[in-house]
Amino acid sequence: MQAKAGQFFSSGHTNNWAVLVCTSRFWFNYRHVANTLSVYRSVKRLGIPDSHIVLMLADDMACNHRNPKPATVFSHKNMELNVYGDDVEVDYRGYEVTVENFLRVLTGRLPPSTPRSKRLLSDDHSNILIYLTGTSRWNGFLKFQDSEEISNVELADAFEQMWTKRRYNELLFIIDTCQGASMYERFYSPNLMALASSQVGEDSLSHQPDLAIGVHLMDRYTFYLLEFLEDIHPASTANMNDLFKVCPKSQCVSTPGHRTDLFLRDPGNVLITDFFGSVRKVEITMETINLTAPMVFSIEIIIKNYCNQ
Amino acid sequence: MAAHRCNIFMLVFVLCGLTYVFVRADIEDTNHVKDAESVAVDIAPKANIGASLRSTKTEDQTQAAEEERQWEAETNPADAPSDNKADHVHDTMQNLDSRPAPYAKDQTQEAAEEERQWEATEVKEADRVPDTMQTPDVPPLTPAKDQFQEELVIRPLHSGDIYASFQFRTMWDTDFLRGSKVSHYRLFPKSLGQVISKFSVRELHISFTQGYWRTMQWGQPFLPSPPGAELWVWFQDTVTDVDGAWKELTNVLSGIFCASLNFIDSTNTVQPSASFKPLGLGNVTDQRFLRYAVLPREIVCTENLTPWKKLLPCGSKAGLAVLMKSEKLFHSSFHSQALHFRPVCQDWKCKSTVWELRQTLNVVFDLHTSGQGKREWSLFKMFSRTVTEACPLASSSKVYVDVTDNPQGELFELSPTTPLLSQAVVLGDRRTYSVYDLTNQATFGQTRSLNMLLRWRAAESGDMLRPLLHGERYVAGYGLQTGEIHTLMYNNHPYRAFPVLLLDTVPWYLRLYIHTLTVTSKGRDNKPSYIHYQPSKDRLRPHLLEMLVQLPPNSVTEVTMQFERALLKWTEYTPDPNHGFYVGSSVISALVPSVVAMDTNSTRECPLFSSFFPCKEESSYFMRVYTEPLLVNLPTPDFSMPYNVICLTCTVVAVGYGSLYNLLTRTFQVEEPSPGLAKRLANIIRRLRGVPLL
Repeated sequence: MQAKAGQFFSSGHTNNWAVLVCTSRFWFNYRHVANTLSVYRSVKRLGIPDSHIVLMLADDMACNHRNPKPATVFSHKNMELNVYGDDVEVDYRGYEVTVENFLRVLTGRLPPSTPRSKRLLSDDHSNILIYLTGTSRWNGFLKFQDSEEISNVELADAFEQMWTKRRYNELLFIIDTCQGASMYERFYSPNLMALASSQVGEDSLSHQPDLAIGVHLMDRYTFYLLEFLEDIHPASTANMNDLFKVCPKSQCVSTPGHRTDLFLRDPGNVLITDFFGSVRKVEITMETINLTAPMVFSIEIIIKNYCNQ
Repeated sequence: MAAHRCNIFMLVFVLCGLTYVFVRADIEDTNHVKDAESVAVDIAPKANIGASLRSTKTEDQTQAAEEERQWEAETNPADAPSDNKADHVHDTMQNLDSRPAPYAKDQTQEAAEEERQWEATEVKEADRVPDTMQTPDVPPLTPAKDQFQEELVIRPLHSGDIYASFQFRTMWDTDFLRGSKVSHYRLFPKSLGQVISKFSVRELHISFTQGYWRTMQWGQPFLPSPPGAELWVWFQDTVTDVDGAWKELTNVLSGIFCASLNFIDSTNTVQPSASFKPLGLGNVTDQRFLRYAVLPREIVCTENLTPWKKLLPCGSKAGLAVLMKSEKLFHSSFHSQALHFRPVCQDWKCKSTVWELRQTLNVVFDLHTSGQGKREWSLFKMFSRTVTEACPLASSSKVYVDVTDNPQGELFELSPTTPLLSQAVVLGDRRTYSVYDLTNQATFGQTRSLNMLLRWRAAESGDMLRPLLHGERYVAGYGLQTGEIHTLMYNNHPYRAFPVLLLDTVPWYLRLYIHTLTVTSKGRDNKPSYIHYQPSKDRLRPHLLEMLVQLPPNSVTEVTMQFERALLKWTEYTPDPNHGFYVGSSVISALVPSVVAMDTNSTRECPLFSSFFPCKEESSYFMRVYTEPLLVNLPTPDFSMPYNVICLTCTVVAVGYGSLYNLLTRTFQVEEPSPGLAKRLANIIRRLRGVPLL
């Protein structure tokens, strides 16, 4: 019991943020949008509110005129699971998803008129989950909307800026793309943990097409990641070692990789909900706090009476 | 001591008595407030339009249209007695919205001639008016400072499709402009109220539309909107930096509605000089405070609908908003959601102004894609939901079904039947509606849910009233250098000509040649009486063209302009440049004379001096028509990787390898200049002699 309580307070974070980015455009890249939306759905289900999620979708698949079932994005064939849902808030969409906007969101250097829903307002007690998906034909970069790229060096530098500006406590980086492991090779800031769907030299493959919609619905790694996350609930005690085992080579065809050398804690002690969920910590105090009289005077009496019972 | 205790006892008794009296009065107070319907009146903006058209030197308004002030008012139902009245009471409609007033109607005269299909309706509100008389010692009641009304209008279209229009109206008597901030919000959404007071907005109109409204097949919409996103705002005259406020406002709205409104900047914002006059009250018409922008490429999807629904007082939990499910709403031919904010009169006396927020959602469901093909519509088929209750915060919640084409029930059958009927003049046409009042529990029947069913009997449908004004636009020409924009305006009125105001906003990369502007009607040149043209500046400002054109009756007017396409810098292309670039819709605004609503009934008792001109009702109504947006291809370089790689590689090979090869393999030889003629002759002689040459 003591150990559990100790573990509850040991991670040191007080709030959770998520930045979920889909970088590819055009209808045949439906699966990348489905990937991002399925992680969005899991993260919302486990408690992170929309105000703490920055969702960037480079193209609109749900209301695309080629979509035979408008306002839906499916992740399983035979249209079993609609990951788009009824209550979705996309913060950056269409042409707004650029490398510059992504880096500005991470580092916080946005123009002053940017609304709050488009900002990553994290502090040094925030645990941030960053999920990227898209295409990359060679190692070392990720393509944004087929017209520009972000390189692994830029990404590492952006994370270092975040560390020096104290914008995160711990950061989990997941990428689902071909040769994804090349994207986290260059990280050098502390408290970073990274997962990728494939090693350098390997391609990440897509899972299954749906004949009614006509395109592949999900990528393999995120498909099995979604299956794994569906079993997680807010009080779950699954830890990162379970996450590293998601999608072995037999299911994924590519070999997922991970990197934990920059992370200070042991991955076995890190709960999945530290990053994917938003577990609020409440401290209960037994003493009365004097605010300003006389309005709170009666409340003070009530608290005293309650405590004395 | 005893007296002291007695005094305290008396005091307590008096206090209890007073408390009882006040509590009772409070209960009756709230009862009265719930029952009395405060009537909201929208003053027609036609007075403003008339002024603007007058100022732009038109002489073609009919006398009747100009001389009458054309204020519309809905008479207070509390004043109208609920007994049988001999004459009909018609609601005159405000031009822009077609919300028919829930009105008492007695058609006992007509019943004698027709078959019994119509029933006399009682004015429910009038029954409750005497309540105020019962408690004379209650202090005079202040009406509720804010109120909310919701309605749904269902109109079957002649093509077999069905048109549903939701309107939610919140009216609030507050002052956004005073120094102290408004802090207590009840029905009015707080996020919007804060935006309005921060940026000193007087009127705000924003719409998100997917699809194009087909006027010739569907008739006129209640509230027109162009494809994409459209935003136009009138700021208060206290704003000093309108451009700065506009930029910040668009960014804030993009965060609220999850749309890319932050792409609105000076390259697509214009300041119309004659169109888009204020739709609410106010006499400020300095166009410096007006900004208009349209984003034709903007997509509408669930992420825009969700925050829009969150602005409603009941959200999507109760009332008519439960019907708005995205999977059905976006599976339609046309979907448009809009928000309109403006100041209006509180009642027909117009002693004070209130702020009105209208949220509207128009959707047209297609007959064939909704399955089955059989012509039958129900609420469940359209929305996959039924209505179970009215929004508790709404003072009125009604569903109207347009039954004008079905007076005897021969065309389609409407179930469940309802005794309430209402007539209204909307868009120049007199329409009849069956009304379902959701605040009345009896409407829901045994099943506690309302699912209207319209089942068609006859295969063919009647004639549709031909829309009087219609617009089309297309690009002509070939190649990627030049082109021509053609705008066609159809006037389908059989004998009346009327002027229209055409507003065109063209991006800077289509360089218009205004000297090639021609306006022709019926083969002849038609000179516009007012032209306002603002040329574009590259990368700063778009073209703005506004013209007042007189459309002859029963004719097509064609406006043509030539343009040249510009070559953009390579960073200015979108990630998918081969899709093309959009040009926003043209806006055609007009006061259209109505054919149907003209009162030609000469048997009515009317003095001769007032009955010469067609009068009594709307003889013209305000209409705005949007044309299609254009999709134009600009000369696009090939951005694809193989092409660029080949270019670069060949350049490197030619320049780099070529010079390297030369450096490595070139040898230099000294060459002497050729000797003169004398020396050459001397060398020939010396060679002959065998002596060494010079």
